[in-house]
Parts: sequence; structure tokens; C-alpha cells
Amino acid sequence: MTFADRYPLAFRLYPYARVPDQDAATPVRHPVAIVGAGPVGLSLALDLGLRGTPVVVLDDHEGVGLGSRALCFAKRTLEIMDRLGAGRAMVEKGIVWQKGRVFRDRDEIFDFDLLPEAGHEYPAFINLQQPHFERFVMEAIVRAQAGGAPIEVRGKNRVDGVTDTGDGVLLDLMTPDGPYRIAADYVVACDGARSPVRGMLGLGFEGRVFEDNFLIADVKMTADFPTERWFWFEPWFKSGDSALLHKQPDDIWRIDFQLGWDIDREKELRPESIRARVDQMLGHSDYELDWCSIYTFQCRRMQSFRHGRILFAGDSAHQVSPFGARGANSGVQDADNLSWKLAAVLGGAPEALLDSYDAERVQAADENILNSSRSTDFLTPKTEVSRLFRNAVLDLARDHAFARPLINSGRLSVPCVYDGSPLNSPDALDAPARSRPGAPCPDAPLGDGFLLPALGHGFTLLALGCDAPDTLAEAGATARRLSVDVTEAPLIRERYLGAAPAGLYLIRPDQHVAGRWPAFDETAIRAAMRRAMGHDAC
Amino acid sequence: MLTERPNIPDPDGFYAELLGVHEGLSPDESHSLNARLILILANHIGDRAVLSAALAAARSSGRPAVSG
Repeated sequence: MTFADRYPLAFRLYPYARVPDQDAATPVRHPVAIVGAGPVGLSLALDLGLRGTPVVVLDDHEGVGLGSRALCFAKRTLEIMDRLGAGRAMVEKGIVWQKGRVFRDRDEIFDFDLLPEAGHEYPAFINLQQPHFERFVMEAIVRAQAGGAPIEVRGKNRVDGVTDTGDGVLLDLMTPDGPYRIAADYVVACDGARSPVRGMLGLGFEGRVFEDNFLIADVKMTADFPTERWFWFEPWFKSGDSALLHKQPDDIWRIDFQLGWDIDREKELRPESIRARVDQMLGHSDYELDWCSIYTFQCRRMQSFRHGRILFAGDSAHQVSPFGARGANSGVQDADNLSWKLAAVLGGAPEALLDSYDAERVQAADENILNSSRSTDFLTPKTEVSRLFRNAVLDLARDHAFARPLINSGRLSVPCVYDGSPLNSPDALDAPARSRPGAPCPDAPLGDGFLLPALGHGFTLLALGCDAPDTLAEAGATARRLSVDVTEAPLIRERYLGAAPAGLYLIRPDQHVAGRWPAFDETAIRAAMRRAMGHDAC
Repeated sequence: MLTERPNIPDPDGFYAELLGVHEGLSPDESHSLNARLILILANHIGDRAVLSAALAAARSSGRPAVSG
């Protein structure tokens, strides 16, 4: 039978190979099956595999699709990738940036710096085409497999049916050799915005549609624009209502043009139409078109990201506009949040931990949707009065500094602080808010390196100027102590203690703070570990 | 707290100046000026609670829309 690709591949990374499961008399059972080998599915598989949790990834293609697509990867994503062993390669290949400029017509009206402080291992952002991102994660998977990590990626294994049997999930798969079935304790659907798994389960995905079209033109040329994010409202070159320019690796430039709602899509996608717009912007035609696409977008999410033994992560669960780089980045953070919880639940921790995935990542999705919707309302005013105020802001911004922070060309991805999470313990330390319970740990220099890589994959007791035992075992988890002499690490002191003389932090496996105290208080910290492992959620 | 008591020393003079600044403008230009003026005044006030109270006061004092 034929098994045609729906899109051309950039890299063929996991060619179809027959597996013994296909010849088994009854469906072979796996602890975790992941549907979709995109950035989210692969990150989740790598994280689970490094924790020793056997995982099988199913994808209906044999590699990464063509096209730059997700481009801007944020600091938090890179920190997660560092923990998983793929961060350095990404930064080496990517274009590092942290500054943005906003223009109206020819005038610069606003600029921003996304990382205005020193002392972080990873930059605010890199630009890296999605195929390279996925390739680097896949390469880390291959290295992990060589080290014994139980990860399997099965290309051309399409999921055609999903059945929750109560004590497990049955998957109907189609391959070039025909159908077979597997069973899984848990299934994670990382199968994108049009999620077939979500469709098969008949689950809703409601939200706002934004009536606008954007053209992406990836252009190959040598140019000396700085490595910054440049955005134009009503640009002088008239190639769109707005325009956005980003540098990519390999002398490729991403140009986005806002086309409006009523367009002739086919006509706009013709090379001569695209070249006319790019010529107007650049003032020359000395470039090649590398990849082009027209997209519209919606802001929406599923009501719940957990449906029994089936979980949703990334675009399958939530979708935002691209302005703000909150799509792939939030998906990778979903994977970061879910992997240690899924591993713990398979090891006997309560399923409440999986409910906390839903609670925390719904909170993050709502934050992303809020920011994304606000940016989009500024970029694409929906009514006369919203256009009136948008233009009033732009009119004022050139001469009046106060109006500049109102300009919204995209508020770029920052990780969610899980305020109010059931896994948090009450804040018992008078220290900076940025490292409060629920917050992702801020990085800072430590010795010759940095703090975050020293945290590892498990729970950490970060002892700052106080004593703590080497390890503390509670609720099926073991926390390992990391003692820091804060007189030698002034930025750790600044970011974690402020004016407090000492502090003890309990840090989760995903590097979010679970609780903090003025000193090691065994009773309080054991209770906090129980809570962070899904017991006695308060 | 939003100041509800009269606070402008020269009410008639201010009113005349407010109308005067719109003189010779088309309705669209006047709308734009008003929008800029609101943003300038809002920034001057700055206090989010006061701004929210002012927005609510402005909305609730409008004449009800004629239906049909």
C-alpha cells in the first residue's frame, strides 16, 4: 500500500523500520506513547528517556518538514535544552539576539532589550529554523539511546485510532506494512494545532480567529542589518500594513508582511508577487527566495490538557499568534513540566501530579493567549476606535517617551510563574519576588560555570549560607543538596536572597521553585516535598 | 480615588480652550486628537485604580443607545 507524505522533508531522521510489535499476537504495552515527533514530542521523549522511562514516539513522517516555521527560541527553552544536552549546539548554530527596534514609516519609535542584565549562561533569544531545532533534539536522542536511554522513534507510524480502555490506551497504527496496535499506560498528543488525536476523541478547541493574513518570505542574501528584531508599522516601503525582519542562520532573513484579510491567496503566493514586495523593501532584487508561506492564526486552548490517560502538549493543546514567539517555546515548557511528573506517576506517585500539569500549563497558556491577543489587537485593530487609539499611540511615540511602552509589536516569550500552584509551599523567606515559589529559577554565575546546569534532573535543596543534609528522601523522590557560598556568588545572593542573610530553596526537577525558607527546616521541607510530589496538595 | 468634585479653576476658560483646539479639524482629525489627549492625560494620572474609575464613570454616564 502507499503511504504518501503530506509535506516534503528537510531532514530524514527516523526512517520507517519494521518492529517486533507489528508481529505480536496481542498489542505490546508501553509505559508512554507520544504522538508526533515535533519539537514538543521529541523534547518530551528525550526528557523521559533520560529519566529511564521507556517511551515510544509515533510520527506519520520520517523526519522534519521543510520550512523555517518556529524561529525564535527563548532563553528558558535553551535552558531546558541544556538540561537535555542539546542547548550548546543550538546556540552555536543559531543567531543570538536580545534587542528589538520598532519603526513607523521611516522613524524609529521604540526599542527594547530582552535581557538587560548580565550573569546568564543562555541569551535572551536565538533564531534557529525549526528543522535545525528538531534535528538537534533528535541528535541528543540518538546520543541518549547510545547511553541506554529507552527511547524509540517510529517513523511512518500514523495513529488512526485512540481508545481509552480505563486501565490503559489502545492505539491503532498504520504503517507502510499495514496496520498494527500497541497499548500504553499514558499517551501524550504532541500532534500539532490540527491534532488528529484531539479530533478522534471529539474534544473541543475553541477560541478567537484573527482576521488577517501574514506572508513569510525567507530570503537568502548577504546583508548587514544588525542581529535585532526590526518591526515596522505602516512601513515607508509599503510592502504590507506592517513588516518584521529577523536574521536566521546561513544568510537567510525572515521577512513577515501583514497582508490584511481580503486577499487572493494564490496570487500573493506567486514568486513574482512576493518578489515585488521584497524588492520594494530592500530596494534591490539581489536575493533568492528560500521558503514562503501565508498564515492566519487563532488564539485558543483546550478546556483541559488532561483527559484521563491521554494528555495534550504544545499546539495540540493551545495555539497563539506568532508575535511573541510563544508557540514552540510554550510547547517545550509543557514537555519540561510534564516529563518528570509522568515519570513520577509511573513510579507510583499520585495522579494528582498529572492534574497539576493541567493546572500549571493551562495557567501558562492563558498568560500566552492574553499576551498574544493583546499584541494582535494592536497589530490588527478590529474596530475603528481600536485603530484610532493604536494610531494615537504611534503618533505620540515619536516625541513623547510615555507612549512608547504602549506600542505592542509582540511581547516576547517569558516562562510562566506558577503562582497559586497546588505544588507550591507558602513563601517563608523574605527574598526577591523573581525567585518566589512557582517561579523558574533565575540563572546566575556559579564558580566557573552557572547555577542552572548544577541543578540536574531531580529535586535540589539549594542551601545558601545554611546547612542541609546531603540528600533528603521523601514521597518517593530524593532531593540532592547543592551548597553555595554566596560570598563567592554575588549574583546568586542578589537573585535568591536579596537582603536575607541565608536561605534554603527546594527546587523541582523542572527547575521551578517549590518552596523557600530562612534555613533547613526538616518538617517543613518534607511536607513541601510531599506536596510537590502530588500528595496533600494544598 | 477619582476626583469627583470640581477641580478646574477656570471651567469656562478650559471648556473654550478644549473646543478651540478642535477648530478647523475634520471629525476624523478631532477623533484622533481626542485619542491622543486621552492617552496624554491617562499617563499624567498614572494611577491604575483612578484610570479604571474614570473609564467606568465615562461609560456609565453615556446616554443609552437608541435601539432599533
